[in-house]
Amino acid sequence: MKNPVTAIRLPLRPGREYESRFDREQSLLKMLAIPIASIVLASMVTTLPFLTTQPILPPFGLLMFLAWRLMRPGLLPVWSGVPFGLVDDLFSGQPFGSAGLLWSLAMLAIEVIDSRAIWRDYMQDWLIASLLIIIVLLGGLWIAGMAHAASDPIILLPQMLLSILLYPLVVRICARLDSWRLAT
Amino acid sequence: MAPPPHRRPGFSRKAQYGLFATYVIAIAGTVVAALLLIISVADPTGFAALRAAGAEITAPVARFFNSIRRTGNDMGGNLSAYFDAASKNAALTKEVKASRTKLIEARALKVENARLRGLLKLKDETGEQVAVGRLISSTASSTRRIATLSIGSNYGVERAQPVRGPSGLIGRVIETGPTTARILLVTDAENLVPVMRVGDGLPAFSTGLGNGLVVIKPLNLGESPFKVGDIIVTSGNGGLYQPNIPFARVIRKTSDGALARPLADPANSPYAIVMKAYQAEARAEQQAIAPDGKTQEVAE
Repeated sequence: MKNPVTAIRLPLRPGREYESRFDREQSLLKMLAIPIASIVLASMVTTLPFLTTQPILPPFGLLMFLAWRLMRPGLLPVWSGVPFGLVDDLFSGQPFGSAGLLWSLAMLAIEVIDSRAIWRDYMQDWLIASLLIIIVLLGGLWIAGMAHAASDPIILLPQMLLSILLYPLVVRICARLDSWRLAT
Repeated sequence: MAPPPHRRPGFSRKAQYGLFATYVIAIAGTVVAALLLIISVADPTGFAALRAAGAEITAPVARFFNSIRRTGNDMGGNLSAYFDAASKNAALTKEVKASRTKLIEARALKVENARLRGLLKLKDETGEQVAVGRLISSTASSTRRIATLSIGSNYGVERAQPVRGPSGLIGRVIETGPTTARILLVTDAENLVPVMRVGDGLPAFSTGLGNGLVVIKPLNLGESPFKVGDIIVTSGNGGLYQPNIPFARVIRKTSDGALARPLADPANSPYAIVMKAYQAEARAEQQAIAPDGKTQEVAE
């Protein structure tokens, strides 16, 4: 009798069913690279050909960053808002340094919240992320308005709603990536 | 999930100092970001090289997905064209008949126009296009309306050149990289375009709203003279945009102007033409005396 197919895999790699499950090491490269790469790639989403007439695309870099930070506290260092934000600035079209500043302030805000509300559930994390998304988007508009003529804050409303509703999805993606990251 | 107890690292001095250092770095980094922001607010073109590098890195992916998107659009169009071919054919035949006479009249007018211009000894640096490219992405998550063009200084694209599509004005070049350029769309709040109404040449200015519409403000004060459906074209004032590039169509009248929708939709433009700045020499001289955004007092 043939064995049932339990998983589809490329034939290049031999199956690991009969290998020892004890004492496997996680790959250090994977553990470090997956969070960093996922945030940077999420920031690069704006360079895909979405030619929109108004800001409607959620700031995926920010969503990914907040998801990693809230889902895995202690993984991203406190100062990581600055480098990730500056990378996001390269692709977002905002004045350079805008996300660097705002994401870093968001990071510090979460750090303060962490010291007050230690045990939180998922809904509270979503609430925190929603507030931070709204503040960062409004801050971005305000900063863009300092350098250039600014538009009305009303036009950010659809983007804010979409971002808040998409946050749970981004957390799911993060959780999948996290289990891949820590798999042995 | 509760944070790991890294806040109280115990009696280890090393761990305590390490924790303290991360906070110092975080606050220093925030200050550095704020300084970078102040620099880029003071000089918006300052980090152009960095942004151009970012656009260059992601341009191949954007080009690839853009061609897929366009193929998809084309397929949809072809399919629907197949289904209503007969009725469309009849309508088009009628339209051709009607427009043929108009075309002849227009030709006559063109000849007359050229003759009159010759009499007046008017000379324009008209219509010379620099290059033709495609819009491959836009800043869809920011309030600034900037698009990326698939060609850059390799095709002679330079800063402050107007960009138009087949159906109307798209914007102007603000930054160029080796193979990409960034275009400030007409819908950006920063982009001020001198325009006029097509019927009577009523002069006005257009400013973007950031939500896909532009505000048309006439130069003359008073009640708004616009009507819904008015066609707005560029006027050529200021020497950057050529006159008579189709620009926008008025969709709503306001108390002191009108709201209009640009005729060129960047998402559906099959190509984007980069043009030479209209009267570039005159503009260069004017810029040397009084650069845009900086008023200078002239000593009497």
